[in-house]
Amino acid sequence: METPQTIMDSKQLQMMATQVRRDVLRQVYNVQSGHPGGSLGLADYFTALFFHIMKHNPSAFSMEAENEDVFILSNGHVSPVYYSVLARSGYFPVSELNTFRLLNSRLQGHPATHEDLPGIRVATGSLGQGLSVAAGISLSKKLNNDNRTVYVVTGDGELQEGQIWEAVMYAAHNKLDNMLVAVDFNSQQIDGSTEEIMGFREIGSKFAAFGWEVMHMDGNNMDEILTVVPLAQAKMGQDKPVVIIMKTEMGQGVDFMMGTHAWHGKAPNAEQFENAMSQLPVTELGDF
Amino acid sequence: MKKFEITAQKDTRSGFGAGLLEAARLDERIVGLCADLTGSLMMDAFQKEFPHRFFQAGIAEANMMGLAAGLATGGKIPFTGTFANFSTGRVYDQIRQSIAYSDKNVKICASHAGLTLGEDGATHQILEDLGLMKMLPGMTVINPCDYNQTKAATLAIAKHHGPVYLRFGRPKWPVFTPENQVFEIGKALMLNEGTDVSIFATGHLVWKAIQAGEALAEKSISAEIINIHTIKPLDAEAVLNSARKTRCVVTAEEHQINGGLGDSIAQLLSRNLPTPIEMVAVMDSFGESGKPEELLTKYHLDTSDVVAAAERAMARK
Repeated sequence: METPQTIMDSKQLQMMATQVRRDVLRQVYNVQSGHPGGSLGLADYFTALFFHIMKHNPSAFSMEAENEDVFILSNGHVSPVYYSVLARSGYFPVSELNTFRLLNSRLQGHPATHEDLPGIRVATGSLGQGLSVAAGISLSKKLNNDNRTVYVVTGDGELQEGQIWEAVMYAAHNKLDNMLVAVDFNSQQIDGSTEEIMGFREIGSKFAAFGWEVMHMDGNNMDEILTVVPLAQAKMGQDKPVVIIMKTEMGQGVDFMMGTHAWHGKAPNAEQFENAMSQLPVTELGDF
Repeated sequence: MKKFEITAQKDTRSGFGAGLLEAARLDERIVGLCADLTGSLMMDAFQKEFPHRFFQAGIAEANMMGLAAGLATGGKIPFTGTFANFSTGRVYDQIRQSIAYSDKNVKICASHAGLTLGEDGATHQILEDLGLMKMLPGMTVINPCDYNQTKAATLAIAKHHGPVYLRFGRPKWPVFTPENQVFEIGKALMLNEGTDVSIFATGHLVWKAIQAGEALAEKSISAEIINIHTIKPLDAEAVLNSARKTRCVVTAEEHQINGGLGDSIAQLLSRNLPTPIEMVAVMDSFGESGKPEELLTKYHLDTSDVVAAAERAMARK
């Protein structure tokens, strides 16, 4: 089993990430609804995961994911970036991105299994729950002697949920060393900056204190992602879960959406959409 | 009135423990999770025989529900165990999002439900759990009446695909249903055929209903007694057939009047066959510390309360 297309190099991945950003904006603009800011910030890491890092099988999706890597998105509101990489890697037709958040769509506002959208394994969006579910999948892989990895993305504001820390404690105590969690550290949440709303002070040391292996990475630098993730993978299987504190910029790639929490859950108008798209070069992959 | 013989006094939670062990021997996909109440849930034997299939979640029930959802995603059949209070209200959103809406094959097994938890008091005596759980789309809700039936229900839910809430209790309680019975989810059990009044009971209150039936028989009242062990899906045909015959109904449960079995039956009857109905349930209050039987008496869930409700219902025909 391989990634759906020939594993992409950094340059190809950067082009895909640009296309994913165009997909994010178009989905949100089309229905004037959704969460563009965090989605744009995560486009690079998602692209790297789905087109380079993970071993998965988009053409034959199975819930159990036997001998496959699994991805769980805990902060489900960044569904536009998730749907884009799922479609682009072959889980469902790219044209289906046109149905995002519409009535009778499989592309619900937040990711869900209920409409049988391939690629989704649990409904997320009620924050704080995905890490626990990922830990359960990690347990099932260990029971099955399946040595593939469970990749997880959580938000940083999401770390304010208590359940996250229940799962952090559980994963360390039970040596879930087949989990690789990336915290999307964009320092923004709906009502303002995380420091203003509920500051973390230093986040990595909190994971370390529970017994996690902690790494740091610029989540908007493809070369750095491709360097740090293999280092993180090398630390797996050593009795500790691994977390990457991943610095990203909300709205990355669109100047007026960066440096603010304003675009957490707001759609651009026609003029803003044109402006945003003009900052992201058309790719040979083509828009949906 | 048919005679029911008490063969033993046993707690329903022990029926769960015995059923889980037997089910796990039959299906290696079954795994157990517990939030620091292994002894109370009678999961020790399972843990001892299948240590690698038992997961101690600690006092972190929200995470336990997520772990169960993840294990189900990986093809396992997780049984979670904790008190009913912490199996439902405390983790409602986790059950709603990660289990029910996500169609996960998780069995939520809840002990110490209702007033008969006893001395620990209202903090732990949940009386709202049936209502909470039955409102979730796709959730099966089961409340068996004695040790043998709880064991049989545990075996049955292991074979049923989909989320289930299985409710049982702490006290020793009369055992009167057969050993090794076949448990059919969603199928009401006729305990005594009668013509004057239908009594639909669930859980511990089934025994109270049987005693009430005997008391009513002494007054020459013929009570039909039906054990509704599955609150959802409700056996509508059994309820309607009985109500059509007797033309008045009593419900009995160890639960709030809001949201429980009485609510489900009242809704069914009002939509299909409007029938006088009286409910034996906790009347919109919390419980308190005390011995189980004292509490059932104080909160009007005793045999005499079922008898009085039957007489009120008959008077309204």
